[in-house]
Amino acid sequence: MSYIIDRRLNGKNKSMVNRQRFLRRYKKHIKKAVTEAVNKRSITDMERGEKISIPTKDTSEPTFSHGDGGVRERVLPGNKEFHAGDKVLRPKGSGQGGSGEGQASNQGEGLDDFSFYISKDEFLDYVFEDLALPNMVKKTLSQHDEVEYRRAGFTNTGTANNLAIVKSMRAAQARRIALSASSRRKLKVAVTELDEEQDKDVDLRNNKRIEELILKIEKLEGKIKKIPFIDTFDIKYRNIIKEPVPSTKAVMFCIMDVSGSMTQQIKDMAKRFYILLYLFLQRSYEKTEVVFIRHHTSAKEVTEEEFFYSRETGGTIVSSALELMTQVIEDRYSPGEWNIYAAQASDGDNWDDDSPQCAQILSQRIMPLLQYFAYIEITPNAHQALWHAYEDIQSELGERFAMEQICSSDDIFPIFRDLFSRKNLKEAV
Amino acid sequence: MAKDNTKKNSSKPRTPLSTGSEWTFELLEIYDKEIARIAKSYRLDTYPNQIEVISAEQMMDAYASAGMPISYHHWSYGKHFLHTQGNYQRGQMGLAYEIVINSEPCIAYLMEENTMCMQALVIAHACYGHNSFFKGNYLFTTWTDASAIIDYLVFSQNYIKQCEERHGVDAVENILDAAHALMNYGVDRYKRPRPISAVEEKNRQKNREEILQQQVNDLWRTLPSHEKSKVAKERRFPSEPQENLLYFLEKNAPLLKPWQREILRIVRKLAQYFYPQRQTQVMNEGWATFWHYTLINSLYDEGLVTDGFMMEFLNSHTNVIYQPPFDSQYFSGINPYTLGFHMMSDIRRICENPTDEDREWFPDIAGSDWLDTLHFAMKNFKDESFVLQYLSPKLMRDLKLFSILDDERKMHIQITAIHDEGGYKAVREKLARQYDLSYREPNIQVYSVDIEGDRSLTLHHYRQNNIPLGEDSSDVMKHLRTLWGFDVYLHSLDDDGKVSKSYSCSRSNKSEDSQLELNEH
Repeated sequence: MSYIIDRRLNGKNKSMVNRQRFLRRYKKHIKKAVTEAVNKRSITDMERGEKISIPTKDTSEPTFSHGDGGVRERVLPGNKEFHAGDKVLRPKGSGQGGSGEGQASNQGEGLDDFSFYISKDEFLDYVFEDLALPNMVKKTLSQHDEVEYRRAGFTNTGTANNLAIVKSMRAAQARRIALSASSRRKLKVAVTELDEEQDKDVDLRNNKRIEELILKIEKLEGKIKKIPFIDTFDIKYRNIIKEPVPSTKAVMFCIMDVSGSMTQQIKDMAKRFYILLYLFLQRSYEKTEVVFIRHHTSAKEVTEEEFFYSRETGGTIVSSALELMTQVIEDRYSPGEWNIYAAQASDGDNWDDDSPQCAQILSQRIMPLLQYFAYIEITPNAHQALWHAYEDIQSELGERFAMEQICSSDDIFPIFRDLFSRKNLKEAV
Repeated sequence: MAKDNTKKNSSKPRTPLSTGSEWTFELLEIYDKEIARIAKSYRLDTYPNQIEVISAEQMMDAYASAGMPISYHHWSYGKHFLHTQGNYQRGQMGLAYEIVINSEPCIAYLMEENTMCMQALVIAHACYGHNSFFKGNYLFTTWTDASAIIDYLVFSQNYIKQCEERHGVDAVENILDAAHALMNYGVDRYKRPRPISAVEEKNRQKNREEILQQQVNDLWRTLPSHEKSKVAKERRFPSEPQENLLYFLEKNAPLLKPWQREILRIVRKLAQYFYPQRQTQVMNEGWATFWHYTLINSLYDEGLVTDGFMMEFLNSHTNVIYQPPFDSQYFSGINPYTLGFHMMSDIRRICENPTDEDREWFPDIAGSDWLDTLHFAMKNFKDESFVLQYLSPKLMRDLKLFSILDDERKMHIQITAIHDEGGYKAVREKLARQYDLSYREPNIQVYSVDIEGDRSLTLHHYRQNNIPLGEDSSDVMKHLRTLWGFDVYLHSLDDDGKVSKSYSCSRSNKSEDSQLELNEH
């Protein structure tokens, strides 16, 4: 007797949970590998999985087993020239000999690291884990945009997929009990009367009455039977309603210096930083808008494409970018509705009198509107004018204004994590 | 490989069941029916079969959980899965064609990538070979309950899920890790265990939790009673050494919570379930291989399969039973398929065409009915006794078996016996011993507990042939410490009963982590 079942359509990810458990247990190893990978990868190459290696020793499951040494006897196949009593030199590197055939070959790779691949999504999850936009506030209840579906009791109308079976069956049963109550009461009386009559002595029986009762019982039973098992009236549906949810709207301004003083290498680092930021926003915040601004002597709002790939260049006036930013905020992003963020990257080199002006625009016109401003200076050398101008603002605003210096490409990811780690958020609250 | 009896049916017209290599569900059914018919004629008694067709990914899932259709979640299964997946995707390994589970109905997985020929081979191998072995062999019938295992797996999965919800994934993982490390020491070797039943487990579980805790508390009652204390000093606990470490810990570890004891019990029950499989690898695979060979050949003899089918079948079959010689780079021990298949075939040969040598070595089976003899052998032996009983001199010559003595104190390895008149008995004995689980695994027992003092637990390892414990042992000690809750000592005793090495795991003064100290005497 055999049953043949096609299971191919069943889920194939039965091991998913176990896999997650494994990743969870070795999170530290994976995170380290991910950080290294981010630093190693080229700018455009972020969205790809990664090979993770963990030393076998760390992942082993220890058991009591025989170690090397001692006296062992083994039986081997394939004898060619040996005779009993022969002596052979012990072959090198086969010290383990022994009886542990199964265990040794099971693990296969011996001393190698245990390695496996994580997918692109998992990779990015680890990259952006525990990161958040600081000081995010729920600003408006938007009228139509976001709704959440919620269960809210039961209704009598609905679609078949929302059929509440248990509830319907219960209603049907209740109806059947209610509608048959009087018939069942009469039936009970009739049955007891019939029993009494039949228990009597043969001579005393009223046969006519018995016939009558039997007829009555049949009639009543028929009546009970006729009550439908389920009625359209019984059917209940799960009620699902839409409920508006408050939404958070956020906009990120990416301001990049593309002046002549920025060497190709520095630009690469800046772009790398923005790519991380852009990926992070895209992944973690669906409703976030990004405004790209690039500037040399004059600032220009550009598309994502242009921002990362255009080669235009010139002198440096940082304030032009900040001016443009205030303009854009005024035009399109009312601070009453939007959480506004900005990240500025520069080598710190600026037109001499411009830096104080930048500081002024920033502290007086921009910062009051912003949730968070991050400035990164990409230079291996000493700090430049802009940094010093910004220092005052930082001492004034503290948490909402962050400054970091990136010296080499290895710093980018740690500093990025620093700037947007969830910890910042907690301290700010 | 020569086929037995092709000559006599060359006259019969051949009407094969199928001609292409593609399989369909209709064809699977037809083949299964034919194979079942022939199997019946050979008196193969099986559980009902549940044949499940799965994809390669699902096969990897099944791999990860040792073929169990359901199991609780644990990172080690994830690791196993990643390992298999990695190797498979890099093309370093093929997947097994089938996995079969000792349950009723007997669940067998077939991969969709297989050709019709492979599916037929697998059906014969798993659904009639392994299946009848599960139903017939004494170890399986007395030690496991095929009809209860799936229910029990469901029960254990749910229970562990509940524990995770209540006590957190980490706490459960801790216990499971420790229990897995001792899994091989969670079986009763001599006492026949109660069959497992999910319903009973659930019903008794609550009562048991309470009663167990009471008993444990009783053992550790610390209120001093002065008169008794002198007597108590002589009281030894446990009164006899215990070999089932998990059972001992489940019943006696002072600090475990009821749910933790329950998890130990689950791991222990599963270990017990797998115990017969570890003891009958050669026989089980040999039996299944012998029958797929015999059954498919019968199909061919009846003209039900084509020559092409047969060529493919023989190719796979030959691969399965290939035994690389000891000096080959592919050598990794004796192939259980090879040894098992040849021994089974050899028994048939001894029965049907005995030589003088066979008559001398096997007077009671030479010339007897081969089917009776083979069924008897399948039912009443395990690997160790099977080899000891049935390995014939002819087979030792065919496989060119020889035995070596490897003494670490000597420069040379000595060849102690080969496949010749003087060596048959010795080789056979040594090979049998190689399959004795108590020889393959270190012999470790609970020796004593210091119930009046620091509650430390002492284990003894009895060395065989002076073979020491592996390097992992100190890590296992940590797990033991986790379960026992107090200091743990393990003394490794050599053949003379002297302590040659000691392991201990004790918590250092104030730090939270237990620190491991390794002592050697």
